[in-house]
Amino acid sequence: MLTTLNGVTLAALYFIVASGFTLAFGLLRVVNLAHGSLYLFGAYLGWSTWQMTGSWAIALLAAAAAMMVFGAVLQVGLFGWMSGQDMRQALISIGLLIVIADQLLRHYGALTHRIVAPEQLQNPVSIPLAGVQYPGFRLFLVLVALVLGGGLWLLLDRTKLGMMIRAGIDDRLILSAMGVNVNKAFVAVFALGAGLAGLAGAIGGTAFSISPGQDVHYLLIALVVVIIGGMGSLGGAAVGALLVGLTEQFGRAYFPLYAFFTVFLMMVVVLSLRPHGLFGRPA
Amino acid sequence: MTTTPTRNLLAVALTPLAKIRLVHIFILATAAALVAFPLIAHPFFTLQIGAQTFVFGVVALSLTFLAAYGGMVSLAQIALYGLSAYTVAILTLRLAAPWPLVVFAALFVASAFGAIFGLIAVRTRGIYLLMITLALAILTYFFVRQNDTIFAGHIGYHGVQAPVVAGVWLREPLPFYYLTLAVATVVLFSIYYIARAPFGLALQGLRDNPRRMSALGYSVGLHKVVAFAMGGLIAGVGGVIGVWYQGGISPGSIDVARNVMILVMAVIGGIAYPIGAFVGALMFILLDNFATTYLDRVRFNTYIGVTFVLVLLLAPGGLVGVATQIRGAALQSASTSLRMAGRRRVDQESPSTPYSPPSEEPFNLLERERTQLKTATEKEAHNETEH
Repeated sequence: MLTTLNGVTLAALYFIVASGFTLAFGLLRVVNLAHGSLYLFGAYLGWSTWQMTGSWAIALLAAAAAMMVFGAVLQVGLFGWMSGQDMRQALISIGLLIVIADQLLRHYGALTHRIVAPEQLQNPVSIPLAGVQYPGFRLFLVLVALVLGGGLWLLLDRTKLGMMIRAGIDDRLILSAMGVNVNKAFVAVFALGAGLAGLAGAIGGTAFSISPGQDVHYLLIALVVVIIGGMGSLGGAAVGALLVGLTEQFGRAYFPLYAFFTVFLMMVVVLSLRPHGLFGRPA
Repeated sequence: MTTTPTRNLLAVALTPLAKIRLVHIFILATAAALVAFPLIAHPFFTLQIGAQTFVFGVVALSLTFLAAYGGMVSLAQIALYGLSAYTVAILTLRLAAPWPLVVFAALFVASAFGAIFGLIAVRTRGIYLLMITLALAILTYFFVRQNDTIFAGHIGYHGVQAPVVAGVWLREPLPFYYLTLAVATVVLFSIYYIARAPFGLALQGLRDNPRRMSALGYSVGLHKVVAFAMGGLIAGVGGVIGVWYQGGISPGSIDVARNVMILVMAVIGGIAYPIGAFVGALMFILLDNFATTYLDRVRFNTYIGVTFVLVLLLAPGGLVGVATQIRGAALQSASTSLRMAGRRRVDQESPSTPYSPPSEEPFNLLERERTQLKTATEKEAHNETEH
């Protein structure tokens, strides 16, 4: 039971990370391999802000906002120049990955940091039916993921921007021929994805900790989640995150040394059955 | 008079000479320079620059091979390099196995895992393949780091000695230089050979138009898996000489930064050209050794990352790509004849179009592939509606 809860709460964080990744891919076809770096960057910024202001909420907002701006800058200054050349963009984002990791290491050192949430959120909550005490913050994490997931769904399904995004996923050329400023929509979506990574970083930095090397870890998570769930699909990201989170937790509980191996096995199984992921479509 | 037969004889004797072009002289001069290099150079250059270039050049070459001929940019090569190096370390240190067995086992492991990775990635293409192979590489990294019983966790193995063959310790600067030079040469020319062999031609056909090749009766999946196994073999060769060179292997040698290092070499040199792997490796290692005397050594990753991004922005064809572009006309007949033999023969749509230097080839190829596929599917959809 506890393992399941752990898995679900972990999945909530993974969903926030992966949804931003998959969103950017769905419309822009940009595989941003620096997504994990945005996560770590956001986490460190959140930590700094929290140190300065002492306010946890401001830290979260600052991390998300700063990463949104950073993402917009990346899209306008770098990826926008080579729209359509997905391989080149992916390779450039790998270059960014190690540059950002190196700069973060220089700035924040190799020590492990942690953001502390307000006390109201920290108290253990007893869960009815299950009869276990559980850290309140991790339940809050699930709540945030649900709200974000719902919000993203509303955004995609009910707003004009969402309509443009969905149309853009299907056919970019026609969309721009209809008079939509596709470039603007691209920047908005990329910034949104980056902002989600930053927010996830600040939240993850509260629930767990912040240390160098997490950029690669969360990049792997984002990759595996969307490979399993299917690129560009929000629902796929949710299902993928849930699968990965649960598999990782159960793997950790039963074969502690090979938790990653169980995730790997699941990826292999899904790929052999559905090469484009559970909810993916061929590009 | 016997002028005519003599002249004929002379003409026959001179024919090969007549075919010698600037490029051949260049290749011969390079070969001579490479062989003579350690005789005049300081052992530091022989090992640190020369041998290291060949070691990492071979690993980068395994990536280039898959990218240039198969259109598959695989980021899992560093993992295969690592698995081969780990095999050498474990067999040498734990079992004290004889070196031929060690080498054989390491190459076998690398090829087998190459095939397994290929099986996993085979149904995807382009950017999906890149992501899956990257995920495989990161998973391998985390796995060897967490596993204490076999891979010795985050410490890894140290103190791996290169073997002594016929009284010569292979790790001595001179023998090691010539060993790596020989290995690199054999691998490079094997790749040129494979590119012109039926398998290589089929592979390039798959890269350019998988649908058509599959209609012609070629098994797309099988070719790709075999190519991946070959890529694994090449990376495995790099792993053997790499672990002999460095004397050990740890998870830090196969992390993402190292993965990017290999990628940087392949891209700086030119990912569409096998020789580019060595050019890129040489550039990288020169930068590593000399640029950092003027710059801060600790921030090396930043310089490498920035260089990498700049190369991709300004010259995605890499150094060899730029050289080919500049000397396009001059080099066309010689250096491209190799490439054309394999690369364009399968592309029958444009047999008469003049050869243009492939400055952004891997990227454009993928793009072209997609548009071709798209038009094909559109046509099919159109046909279906008509029926």
